[in-house]
Amino acid sequence: MSIAVLRFPGTNCEFDMLHSFKLLGVESHLVWHQEKELPKGTHLVVIPGGFSYGDYLRSGAIARFSPIMQAVIRYAKEGGKVLGICNGFQILVESGLLPGALRRNENLHFVSKFQKLAVVSNNNPFLREYAVSETLNIPIAHADGNYFIDAKGLEELKENDQILLTYQGENPNGSIESIAGVCNKEKSVFGLMPHPERAMEPLLGSVDGARMLRGLAC
Amino acid sequence: MTAKITVSLKPGVLDPQAKAIGHALEVLGFEGIQETVVGKIITLKLAESDAAKAKESVTQMCETLLANTVIENYQIELLP
Repeated sequence: MSIAVLRFPGTNCEFDMLHSFKLLGVESHLVWHQEKELPKGTHLVVIPGGFSYGDYLRSGAIARFSPIMQAVIRYAKEGGKVLGICNGFQILVESGLLPGALRRNENLHFVSKFQKLAVVSNNNPFLREYAVSETLNIPIAHADGNYFIDAKGLEELKENDQILLTYQGENPNGSIESIAGVCNKEKSVFGLMPHPERAMEPLLGSVDGARMLRGLAC
Repeated sequence: MTAKITVSLKPGVLDPQAKAIGHALEVLGFEGIQETVVGKIITLKLAESDAAKAKESVTQMCETLLANTVIENYQIELLP
């Protein structure tokens, strides 16, 4: 049993992820993007934040075709759990493992700050340690976090309980219905813009991310 | 043969960048702008000389990588 934390050229949150899992006492390893297979016994894949391939063309568009992502797509199709944070979320929508797309923030700014979030659903392995409607305080830091999905897709998300987190208060990026994180129909793949690994210790200003990673990792 | 591919956001998908550019032009005193669309142009020099085959292969490139068809449209122009 171990956690695979993917690393692309330009990823920059991978060591925060390893540190977070270390705090939780769970084993995790970096996996380079050129690898063709995930390590045996992987029980969770984490695609951390950053700027894979310099965000060239579109955020996540090129990382999606890397050798390791072909293994992750196979792993996800067999029901394996995948968590994508920020750039990881962008890679997951580009790869088709999650519906919708992430566009440039409505105000065109790179937004980096603590953000209040609302838990919309806990009927999934990702947020099972939280209460519905609970308010979380977790940092965001992105320029392309404006979640878009067409009307039909949005209906499906609602019907299947796939909207897991929304922004509270002023919407920081213009996303549809203030969506901050969604999962797939099977509730095995979760993508979110906020960074739970940056809200793990009182020193960082919040511990609200800890239950998300603990619920997944343990 | 050269393929010129223009990728832009689908109509109805709000483009904040285009809106900001249109607004900036207005502020500068340029009048009468009814719509601003921002896109990117990708130019490919191809070994293929058959236009139909080139179109088919470039279409596949657009669908696979060059455009995110959830939010973007693409136009292909083939030049000799």
